[in-house]
Order: sequence, then structure tokens, then C-alpha cells
Amino acid sequence: MARIGVFICHCGENIARTVDVAKVRDALAKHPGVIHSVDYRYMCSAPGQELIRNAIVEKKLTGVVVAACSPHMHEPTFRKACAAVGLNPYLCEMANIREHCSWVHSEREKATEKAIELVRFLVEKVKRNRPLEPIRVPVTKRALVIGGGIAGIQAALDIANGGYEVILVERQPSIGGHMAQLSETFPTLDCSQCILTPKMVEVRQHPNIRLLTYSEVEDVKGYVGNFEVTIRKKARYVNEEVCTGCGACIQRCPQKRILSEFDRGLGRRTAIYIPFPQAVPNIPVIDREHCAYFRRGGCRLCEKECPRDAIDFNQQDQLLTEKVGAIILATGYDLIPSDIYSEYGGGRYKDVIDGLQFERLLSASGPTNGEVLRPSDGKEVRTVVFISCVGSRDRAKGIPYCSKICCMYATKHAILFKHKVHDGQAFVFYMDVRAAGKGYEEFVRRAVEEEGVVYLRGRVSKIYQQDGKLVVRGVDTLSGMPVEIPADLVVLATAIKASDGIVELAQKLGVPVDEHGFLSEAHPKLRPVETQVAGVFLAGACQAPKDIPDTVAQASGAASKVLSMFAQDAIEREPTIAKVNEQTCVGCFECQRACPYRAIERKEIRDRQGNLVKVVAYVNPGLCAGCGACTVACRNHSVDLEGFAEEQMFAELSAITAA
Amino acid sequence: MTAYAYFPGCSAHGTAKEYDRSTQSVCAKLGIELEEIPDWVCCGASPAHAVNHLLSLALVAKNLDLSPSDTIVTGCAACYNRFKTAVHALQHDRPLWEQVKQIVQPTKLNGRDFRVLHLLEVIHEFGLEGLKERVVKPLKGLKVACYYGCLLVRPPKVVGFDDPDNPKKMDELIAAIGAEPAEWEFKTECCGAFHAVPHPEIVLRLTSNILQAAKDAGADVVSVACPMCQINLDLRQLDIQKRHKVNFNMPVLYFTQLLGLALGINEGELGFDRLIVDPRPVLKDKGLI
Amino acid sequence: MKQATEREQLTRTDEMPILLTEEARRFTEEVIKRSGERVDWCYQCGKCTAGCPVAFAMDMEPSRIMRLVQLGQGERVLKSKAIWLCVGCQTCTTRCPQEIDTAKVMDTLREMALEKGLATDKEVVTFFRSFLENIQRYGRVFEPTLVLQYNLRSGHLLQDADKGTLMLSKGKLPLRPSRNGAIVRRIFDALGGRKR
Repeated sequence: MARIGVFICHCGENIARTVDVAKVRDALAKHPGVIHSVDYRYMCSAPGQELIRNAIVEKKLTGVVVAACSPHMHEPTFRKACAAVGLNPYLCEMANIREHCSWVHSEREKATEKAIELVRFLVEKVKRNRPLEPIRVPVTKRALVIGGGIAGIQAALDIANGGYEVILVERQPSIGGHMAQLSETFPTLDCSQCILTPKMVEVRQHPNIRLLTYSEVEDVKGYVGNFEVTIRKKARYVNEEVCTGCGACIQRCPQKRILSEFDRGLGRRTAIYIPFPQAVPNIPVIDREHCAYFRRGGCRLCEKECPRDAIDFNQQDQLLTEKVGAIILATGYDLIPSDIYSEYGGGRYKDVIDGLQFERLLSASGPTNGEVLRPSDGKEVRTVVFISCVGSRDRAKGIPYCSKICCMYATKHAILFKHKVHDGQAFVFYMDVRAAGKGYEEFVRRAVEEEGVVYLRGRVSKIYQQDGKLVVRGVDTLSGMPVEIPADLVVLATAIKASDGIVELAQKLGVPVDEHGFLSEAHPKLRPVETQVAGVFLAGACQAPKDIPDTVAQASGAASKVLSMFAQDAIEREPTIAKVNEQTCVGCFECQRACPYRAIERKEIRDRQGNLVKVVAYVNPGLCAGCGACTVACRNHSVDLEGFAEEQMFAELSAITAA
Repeated sequence: MTAYAYFPGCSAHGTAKEYDRSTQSVCAKLGIELEEIPDWVCCGASPAHAVNHLLSLALVAKNLDLSPSDTIVTGCAACYNRFKTAVHALQHDRPLWEQVKQIVQPTKLNGRDFRVLHLLEVIHEFGLEGLKERVVKPLKGLKVACYYGCLLVRPPKVVGFDDPDNPKKMDELIAAIGAEPAEWEFKTECCGAFHAVPHPEIVLRLTSNILQAAKDAGADVVSVACPMCQINLDLRQLDIQKRHKVNFNMPVLYFTQLLGLALGINEGELGFDRLIVDPRPVLKDKGLI
Repeated sequence: MKQATEREQLTRTDEMPILLTEEARRFTEEVIKRSGERVDWCYQCGKCTAGCPVAFAMDMEPSRIMRLVQLGQGERVLKSKAIWLCVGCQTCTTRCPQEIDTAKVMDTLREMALEKGLATDKEVVTFFRSFLENIQRYGRVFEPTLVLQYNLRSGHLLQDADKGTLMLSKGKLPLRPSRNGAIVRRIFDALGGRKR
């Protein structure tokens, strides 16, 4: 026999102004199955909750309906109140008579009628609610961090310092990411390598971190707390156990003219190489595409030179399988190609470069030892032009967003240039200067007031070569003047995009990607480090363009989510998930095809002798999000949602149509 | 081979007579059939669209109506741009075209799928290999700055003719006839267009920049594909000389004249003598005439 | 000329203050509607000005004109010389990151300036007028009379007089005009009278 309690909230004036709560209370009191019906000014307040608790105890209620705001607001509040006095929380539900009624209607009589109906239907459903227990999923307390830039490094260190194992996978031969390519960072002008390498070394030496460089994630199976990951450790052709990083092989290698990726084409490397001197691990890798032995046979001089016999041309890729409980995506960013505007030369001019290339020119360990020289002829640069918004904020190019960091790094570049070339001229073409971070505005003012950088507000229409210079044809809209500057070097602040390959990786994980190719966070405001997939988190520029302080903060944020997950032995998930009736299921697996969360598995039903009787669908309670798509796909009603069963939903519908 | 409908443009029988004649000779030599649109009228060029958007479309629509073929060819970049704009509007803006049809009352527009080509594209359609085969006098040693101007290449969404900043179609033709296309940066810089009449100083400044760039690139001659560009770059060198005391002495030829020379067409047909800055000394110097 | 009072001299500025009135808003809407271009999307990056070959000669540069249209300053814009100096080279349209066809907006502004009788560049307007009359008469431009008419009307009687004989001797001037002006006249009539 149902003994439902109905509690109607005034929500101050929010509900009571439009809905006659007394009338609702009286109408529900008469509804079959309702034995207690009251109204109160603020149901969510302490006295309000006390009302509910007392009523449950005194009247031995079997179900509770709170007519108030949206369940998104207070469902947990009221459920906790019920649980506190022993009523299963899933026997408590909320009828939304605020967002769905009083806030969207103005006619009191009709709104009141509607409110009454909304509560009545829900009562009919709640009568058929069953008590449910949260699902407890065990957790493997090991984390996987994909991406070894500053985001991945920070996240890995935080989790490792929290006492748990971390596997850090990086596809380049060394960790460090783009931060390792920078000369100095804004706004402090810290040497980038100097602040980064201690962390890189810490990663290498940390007992809890397993570093897998030159490796990529091939496949991910499983669900939160219980992932199974396949990682491909690509062959370096160097035995890591034995190599000491002495560099003799590199000295010996006769292929010296390969364009260096780390120097973004401005410098050269050998076929067996370490990407940069401070690389972690400090173990070389052989580039098959350019190695003479792999291409034509012969050579193998590195092998002969190596004092430890560490070179192994027969080394194969290794496939490793690991079990982890949480995954953090920290795959970072790339710049769009610098030939985006044909009016800027379309990539034809060697002296029109992008920001990361300029970093390599500025860097003391770069291809020019820190001297700002023209890539085309090695001559000194006396006049440099920095152009902001190359691709960003450009509807015509399909990149409407702002890349966030360019205003700051263009300013940094201009200041560093002036430090190196005291009587040089630096111009920055900008549309707006976005300097919102701590110390950022002051940094920009320093460029203008102390370093003599000239900021011109306007875009550049064309760049062309004339008399050995690059003529930059732009405008200063503040004065209304078109301007032409003959420059030695032009640096384009090209737009930021997510790293290549992110879409494929995201698909393996089931993580959504937004329209611009960045990974989607679970909620832009309130859940910035989680994804829609339970157990998969993100950090850094893979989510959106970001500077280093925000990246590090986000990485620690993602790590903290992982740590709180690992702090429990099992994680609790909402029990309002799908359940298969194994008696009636015929194993057609239409539900599996419909499921967006890959939560349906195959389950074998065997008899006592072990013979296979049939294969049915089984809902993995760790992955199911309770969306209900399977219930629609199932042809013979064998799968249903706990808490939203067909019987309950039809009861609600019948109540509506009977009205 | 079906004939192309040929729209000569208003200067074809006047200031650009040598363009029209060399065009006809070259096409005849290559077996490209051109059928002049009967009773064609002015496309309106700049003045029409500058004062009334419907007028410009209407004038082109009339010509489309009169055209014997769906593929229309013109040598004038301005006419090309006007035709392209009109056909683009026809394909993308039905309501606007209904208005235009009301004005023009066409009888033969429906169901036609117009294609507008510039003469450069027609030669490309003929084929560079075929052109090369027919060259009897490769223009060896002649460095040519190919000047495209504005309306041939912009806006790319409407004309779809090559790269708007570094086009190559004319350069490829010049290379195919044995000359050397110069590498230079002013291929698509504006010459000043109609300001030759109301504000000639503007044209003098802009053409000076173009001619200087051609000179700096080591060009012997400039090659053009538009009568307006030609007259601004050629005739106005006299004014540059008079007012600014700079003598570029840079011959500006229609690309069809160069094509004709390479194909062995006799000089009388090509009209070198009509050009203001005489190209003959340079051509003679290179042993080409 | 009236003697400006001392007070007037103190308060007079060269430019009129900007008033954001209902009339201003309507001007903006009219330009957007007639051109079909979202002038309100312009974020004043200046790329149009940077690429405009005649910006150096303009009284107000293209991005400024767009801004003034956004602020509804009809008189200032329609009275500018800049809209007549624009040659329609399409550089602005090609490079605008907000995909605004700036050249089209210029066309619309010229049309509106003529309608309201605010056009200020005598030379260009005279040239356009002469051209359009010429094709109404002959159907195709007859260059000799075009130049003569322009010279007469603009008052620059001897402009390019030195070129006359040179062109004639090189056979660059047509001697006979074409005769299908009627077709063109019909189009002009359909558009509501001979364009003046």
C-alpha cells in the first residue's frame, strides 16, 4: 500500500507568486496513495528538510515527492534527507514546478492547474519506484597520462607524489613538449628550459612514474576504474638499458643535414639523434626514414662507435598492455601551417616564420646560438615585424576563436629581440592586446614604455619581397594611416589547434571533440578537467588554447580528480542504469549498436554442465550512463532503466491522459 | 570543336585594337573558334556597378541572352569580372535575378548553364603541350613580367581564377612559348583603373610602382591580359616621363601578341606598332624579329 | 563670408559630433539591407585599409568608412571623396576575415550618395555620367566622344590633348561608333529613366 508524502515548496516568491501552493497541497491530499501533503516556504532549508524527515518517521512514508525547483538543483539534498532517516533515497523524487511552471507562465489559475498535474503524475511514478543501491565499481589505482608536455608532466608528478603509480606516455623521443622549445616564458622571462628540466628529471627519477617515450596509445578498452590500455613502444634501435647517453653515435653519424623537427626546420640533426641537449630520457633514437642503413644498407657507423654496444638495428616495436583506473589526456597543441595566407607569401618566403621558429632563433641552444639571424641568408635582423591574429579570429578561414597566448608571446618576442638587438626596431601589428593574466598587462606596458616596441593597431594586408627586404603592408587604424615597413624578418602569430591525431585518439576513448578539434570538457564552467567519459580527464591546451600557468593549474586539477578517485576503494555510480532481463533477451545486440557509451557486453549463459545455453546482452554498470537508447532499440522489451522503468513511465503517461 | 561565344569589349575596336586582332589571329592559328556575340552591348565595366547594382547585372544579362553559346570568352579582365559576377549571382541569388529578368526581358536565358572564361583560360583549355608543339619561334632570352591586375583574380570566390596573390596561368603560357616569366611581386597590384581620366595622378603613382617592380625583377617587357591595364601601363608612361621625369621605357604587350610572335604570325597582324612604348627595339635585340 | 563670432571660433570643430540617433540607426540598417552585407560584423581590423591601393589618397580610409556606417553617420560617409576614389579592385573583399564584401558596400554607398545628391567627387561622377551616357547613345563605348564629353563637362578642357594625335596616328581611336544604343536605352528606361 503506497504511503506517499507530498511536500510543496513556495521557494519564497518564485513559486508562490504564480502557483497557488495551498491549492496544490489540498488537491494532492486527496490523491489516492498520498497520505501526507504539506507546503512550506523554503523546502531546501534546514527546517524544511526536518519537515520531510519527521513526516517519513511519523507517518512511515513509502515514497516522497518534493514539488519545488529543478532536480538539478536539489535532488541530492532531499535524497540525503530521506536516507538520513532510513528511506531509500531513490524513493524520493522532485516535481519541477518552478523552471517548468511558475517561471515560464503568468496566468495563476492555469499555472496552478499545471502544477497540480505535474505533481500527480510524478506521484503515480513514485508509487512504482523500487529501492536502489548505488553501484560500486572497483578501482585500479594506477593512472595513465597521455602526453609528456608540461601538462602531462605536472599531472604525473602530482599523482605520483600522492602515492600512486603513473604511466606517462609520450610519442616524441623526449618529454618536454613545446615548452622545451621556448627560449623564455612570459611575463617573468624565466628561461624555459631552466624551469622545465627539473620537473622533467623529477619525472624520470620518480619511483612511481613509468616513463614510456617514443610510445603511443594504440587501444583502450574497459571503463572507469578498470581500463585496459595497449601501448606501442616504438623501436628506437637503441637499447635503453645499456645506453649512457654519451653521444658518440651522434658525433659519428654521417647524415648531418636532416631538418630538425625540434628546431622547426631552422636547424639540422643527424639520423641518430637526441632532439635537444636536455632531453629526457637522454637516449638517442634512429630515424628510419633518413638512416642510411635502413634506406640502402651499409653504414652502421653508430653501432661501431658505441662503447656499450647499445645500438640494436633488429629492435622491434613492443606492444604493452597495462591496467589503469584513470586516464588523463594532456596531448597539447600545434600551430597551424604558416602558409595560411597567400597574401603573406603562402610559405614562399624563408624569412616569414612562426612563433615557435622565432623561439628557436632566440634560444641560446638553438640553431643560431641565440642570435637573431635571417633564415634565408644568415644576416643580422635589425627590423622585425610581429603579426598577431594570423588565422585566429578569422571567420573566412574557419578559425573564429582567439588563440589566447599570442598577444603575450608577441610582446615577449619583441622585448627579447630588443634585449638582443639594442638599436633594432620591433613592430607589433595587433587587433586587440589580450593581457588578462597576472602581471600580463604590466608586461605589455613594459614593452611599450621601457623597450620602445611600436604597437600598430591593424592587420597586415600583404607581405612581399623587395630589395632583399620583406615589405609589410599594414595599417594603423588608430591614426587612420596605411603603413609600409621594410622588415628583415616577419614573425607570424599563427593560430593554435589541438595536436595532430587527437581526433583518432579521442574516438578510441569515446571522448567528444568540439567543432574546432579541441577535446570537449564535461561542462565549460563547472567541470573543466573532466570529460563525458567517466575516468577520463583532460589538462592543458588539448582542451583549448592556454598559457603555462593555466595549464599547470588544470593539470593539478585533473590530478586531484584522479587522486580523489583513488582515495576510495570503489567508486559509487548512480544506479539509474539499464538492466537486461536475461530470460527474455534473445541476444540480437541491437542495444549494443545503439549504445553511445559502449556499455553493452556479451554474456554467456551456461547450464550446470557448462554448456552454452545462449548469449545475452549485459549492461556494464561502470559504463552505462542511463540514457535509455538501448530500451528503445530492444525489440522485445528485454532491457529497462532502473528508476525509469517502462511500467513507471506508462503510469505517468496514463495519469496525464486520464486528466 | 564547338565555338566559344566571344565578347570583345568596347575597346576592342579602338584603343585595344591590337589585342582584338592578335587574339583573332592566335585563335585562328590554333583552331580555336570564336563567334562574336551578335549585337553585344557594353558590359558596363566600373561605372555601371558603381552607380546601380541592377544596371550592371542587366547589361551582362542582355549579353548572355544574345550569346549563341553557353561558354563565353573575353579578353578584357573587367568584362570577365562583370560576367563572372553576374553568372555567380544567377547561380546563388534567385530573387535578385528575377529583378534583373524583369528589366531585361530575356528570351533565351532559361535552362542555360553559362561558363565564363578569360582568354588565358581558353589557351589553357587548348593545352600547353599543344601550344608548345606549334611554337615556331621560341621567345628565348625574353624575360617577361606577367601582370594580371585586379579583376582577373579577385574575388577568388567569384572568379575562381588561380591563386589571387601569386597566379601562374599567364606565366605558364609565357614559359610554354619559350620566354622566361619573371619572378616579381606586383603581379596583382592595382593599376588605378578608370582614374586615368578623373584622377590621373593616382594612376601615375600606382603604375610607377608596378613598372619599377618589373624593372627591378629584370624584365624586358610586361605582358598583360586587359585593355585597361595595358593603356594605363603603356600610354601613361608618357605622363610619368613628363611630370615625374622618370623614363621607364618598358614595353607593355598583350600576351596574345607574344603568343602570336611565337606561333609565327606575321607582325602586321600583331600590331606592335600600335603600342606607345615601342617593343620592337627589345624584340630585335633578342633576335626575335 | 560671414565673420565667425569669437564664441563660434572657440567651440567650432572641424568635424561634427557623432550623434547616435534613430536616424543614424536607420542609415546603418539601410546600408546593410541594400548591400546584403553584414557591416555590423566588421571588427575594425583594418586589413581592407592596409590593402587598398588608393587609401593613400582617401579622405577617410575604408575601415573608417565601415566604422562610420556602423555608427550611422550617413552624411559624413556619403559626402566623402573616398567612396569615389575606390576603384573596385576587390582587394578588401578578398582579404576581409569577417567575409564582408567591402567593395559591394562601397557600391551601395555610391548609389545612395547619388540618390541623395550628396556625391562630392566632381571628376569621378562626371566621368561615370559621361560613360553611361555614351553607352546609352551608342550601345558600346565610343572612346573619342567619351573623352571629349568628359573634358567639356569637367572643365579640364585640355586633359590628354597631347595624346589625341598620337592615338589617331597609331589607329587606336575608332572612327565610327556602333549603333545598338537602343538596347541599352531600353535597359536604362526599365530601371526608371535615364541615369543622370
